Parts: sequence; structure tokens; C-alpha cells
Amino acid sequence: MTTDALNVKEKDIVVPGESLAVGMGFLPSWGTYRDGDSIRASRLGLVQMDGKVIKLVPLSGAYLPRMGDVIIGLVIDVLMSGWRVDTFSPYSAVLTLAEATSEFIPKKADLTKYFDIGDVIMTKVTNVTSQNLVDVSMKGPGLRKLGPGRTLVVDPHRVPRVIGKNGSMVSMIKDHTGCNILVGQNGVVWLSGEPENEVITVQAIERICAESHISGLTEKMQRWLEQNAKHVNRSRPQEPMQ
Amino acid sequence: MEQKNHMLKYLQKGIRFDGRKLDQYRLINVEYGVSNSAEGSAIVNVGDTKIIVGVKLAVEKPFLDTADCGNLMVNAELTPMSSPDFEPGPPTETGIELARIVDRGIRESHAIDVHKLCIKEGEKVWSVAIDVCTLNAAGNLIDAAALGALAALKDARYPAYDLEKNAIDYGEKTDKKLPLECQPIAVTVWKIGDYLLVDPLPQEENAADARLTVTTIADGSVASLQKGGDCPLSVEEVDSMVGLAIEKAKELRKALG
Repeated sequence: MTTDALNVKEKDIVVPGESLAVGMGFLPSWGTYRDGDSIRASRLGLVQMDGKVIKLVPLSGAYLPRMGDVIIGLVIDVLMSGWRVDTFSPYSAVLTLAEATSEFIPKKADLTKYFDIGDVIMTKVTNVTSQNLVDVSMKGPGLRKLGPGRTLVVDPHRVPRVIGKNGSMVSMIKDHTGCNILVGQNGVVWLSGEPENEVITVQAIERICAESHISGLTEKMQRWLEQNAKHVNRSRPQEPMQ
Repeated sequence: MEQKNHMLKYLQKGIRFDGRKLDQYRLINVEYGVSNSAEGSAIVNVGDTKIIVGVKLAVEKPFLDTADCGNLMVNAELTPMSSPDFEPGPPTETGIELARIVDRGIRESHAIDVHKLCIKEGEKVWSVAIDVCTLNAAGNLIDAAALGALAALKDARYPAYDLEKNAIDYGEKTDKKLPLECQPIAVTVWKIGDYLLVDPLPQEENAADARLTVTTIADGSVASLQKGGDCPLSVEEVDSMVGLAIEKAKELRKALG
């Protein structure tokens, strides 16, 4: 029997193909695979150890839908009894009638009354099969069709930074720009406000994504916003309730 | 529709999604001589849009109806790496149109004197192949491609050619330039709602009602036009679009260096 050896530490940055550990004493988890005796990384990411289980927190790559994620999607097709939703990942999702509304929908009803192609929706991933068929639902707090506004796609791995601790970053931007901002786990950001304020918001979010590795980013952004969003009328219009 | 109305709210205030004015281009940068294997080449950046253009020269037999003229060809490739909307496979309508607009601008402005490309009438002429390749498609491919094609033509030098042996030595470049008579600049003016704008972002291209590509030469005369999009344009609109294009062409001409 070969001796088990660990080649990496917790929070090490590894690249695809890199050997993380040798031996059957370790178990490959998310973002890793077994190659003969060794466990290798299949993505660029940070190592996370849980006892003998090795997994990766990805630092790059496309969004992959996960059960429970609240995402912002785009309706791309109206089906026989539901809608197809672009999740801004390699896999599109299906929103079924039952998950779309609690209303009674008669046979042969015009489904575009509820959601039409081009609508932007806040929705929740309810199931992802092993074949990556994705189901989404509109049942839950805050899940709804989003009205007039613009969307911005950022790196999904930057989403925690954009939101900040307990939503501190996003509420700071909201306060300074007077825009309504919603961030989906898939990296889609929806915003609505006065055009010039939205432009500042977009610049702020792009800045956060570009400098997301810097510590003290919240303070830096605070100063930036104070400088750049000086003339904004900060009274934010109330979001219409559904 | 809601998304488009939101965009119109911007345009009404005279600003764009990235904070620009309606008639403002993104930063333009032209880099010459980027390829060793092409006789002339250039990379053009217009904001995030990036296009590489190469000019290849060869000696060929002329076409029967233009026995004393050289050949000019433009080909455009919309590479899948440059946008999620582009797929591998045969050229699409967009790709063919892009190549044809670039081609028409150069051909109809007589930027290249094809008679000067003739080596021996009916037997040997220079053939100029312009290849446009998108590296990143972030809106306004037409203007960027036309600018890149012109830059690559300016950069092009004939390779050494032995008439007796009928052999080209591509390894040896002479310092003889192509017979470039003028500089055709394409400016595409887009119409969204009642607003006219230049250098659109991809979202703006998707929402646009119509577009008009105007290729002009330095003295402001129009060499070619191409209309696209579903909506019609009134005579007044065409007038102001051409006026705007002539104005903006001056900026692009400066960017060419």
C-alpha cells in the first residue's frame, strides 16, 4: 500500500491538473477528480479540506446552477406548459406552470400574459439533475418578474463581493445612487433608477469586480461613491409590490 | 419591450448605457504591422471590440472582363471565441454583410487603383485579399472592420516578386506600398426610436430599429451606403445620418494616425 501524502494546504490556489494529494486515504469532492492514486484539481480554485475530503472553491469559470440559488434569468421561450429560462450558465432552465403562479390557468390560455420572451425574472433553482436539467420556481419571497430596468452580467464568483457582508456593499451603493439593485447568484445584476445614477452604479459594480481581491474594499468604495455620486438625489422610489 | 423603453429613457436624456453621449465613440486604438506572415496587418480596438485584419498579396490570372485590373477580395470571419452569439460553421448573414460593406467601401471609393495592380494584361495581376477576423465582438463591428481593413492596406508592402520565374518570395518585403488613392472611412449611424447614435453597444444593436453605414472619403463625398434593420428611414433621417457620419469620419481618420 502506498503512503498517503497531501501536497497542498487549506486555501492554497491550485490550477487544473495539479496533484492535490496521493493515496486512497483522501476523498475527491467538488472540483477535483481521482487520477490513479492521486487527486487532481479540475478547476482553478482555493483548496478546502473537510477531514479527508478535498474540495475546491472555484475562482473562475461559468456559473453552474445549484439547488436553492436565487438567480436572475431571462425568459427565452414559451413552451406548451411553461417557459424556458436562460440562467446565464451553460444550462437553461424550465419554469413549469405549477411553479410559476398560484393562479388557475385554464387550458389553451395565452401563457405570454404571465411571462413573455425577453422578460427578466428573479427566480429560484429548485432542482438540478445529474444530467444538468434545471428547474426553477417563482414561489418564494421576492421572486417575481422584474419591471423596467437594465441588467449587467458580472463574474458569478464576484457576487459575494458585490453583495458584501450582510448586504453591506449593495446597500451602500443603493444609498449613494438611489437605484434599486438586485443581485442573482448567477452573476446577473438588475438595476433600476434614473439613467445617470444607473451609470454610476454600473461603474461602481465593475470597480468592485475588478478590485475584489483588495482588502478594505468597502471603505474604498465608500470614498469613491462619495466622490462620484455627490449630486444624486438619494430618495429611492419604493419598489412596487406584486 | 420593457428593456427597450428603459433604453429610450436613457437616450431621451442624451446618455448611453455606458455614460457616453449619443454621438460619441468609445476609445479607438489602431496598431499596425501585428502579423509577420501577412503583407499588411492591423489590430483595431473600439472600446472592448477588437478586430484583426490581414492583407495578403498574390499574383494571379485576371478575370476575363477586367483583363487589366488586379483583384480585390474581402472576407470576414466572426470567430466563435469573440462572442457567445457566433457559432462555428459556414458564414452567416451578418458575416457576409460585414465583408461586403467593407469591400464596397474600398471598391466604390476607388481607394485601390486596380489598374496599377496589373503586371501583364490578361495574364498576371496582383490580387489583394483582405481578411477580417473578430477577436472580441462588443458592438460596432462594421466601423471597426472597415477601419482595420484600411489600416492593413496602409500597412501593406509588396513582397519580392521575380517576373521571369513567376515566383513570390514572401520572406522578403520590399518597401513598395499598395496604390492607395484615398482613405474610405465607414461610419454606421444607428436609429433607436427617434434617436440617432454611433458606435453602439451590443444591447443597443439588439434594440436598434435601423442602421445606415456611410463610407466617405476625406473631402466628405459619399462612396457607399448600406441600410440595415427592419424599420424604414425618411429622407430627412438619411440626410442627418449622412451628415453625422461625415462629421464622425473626421475623428476616425485622426485615430488612424
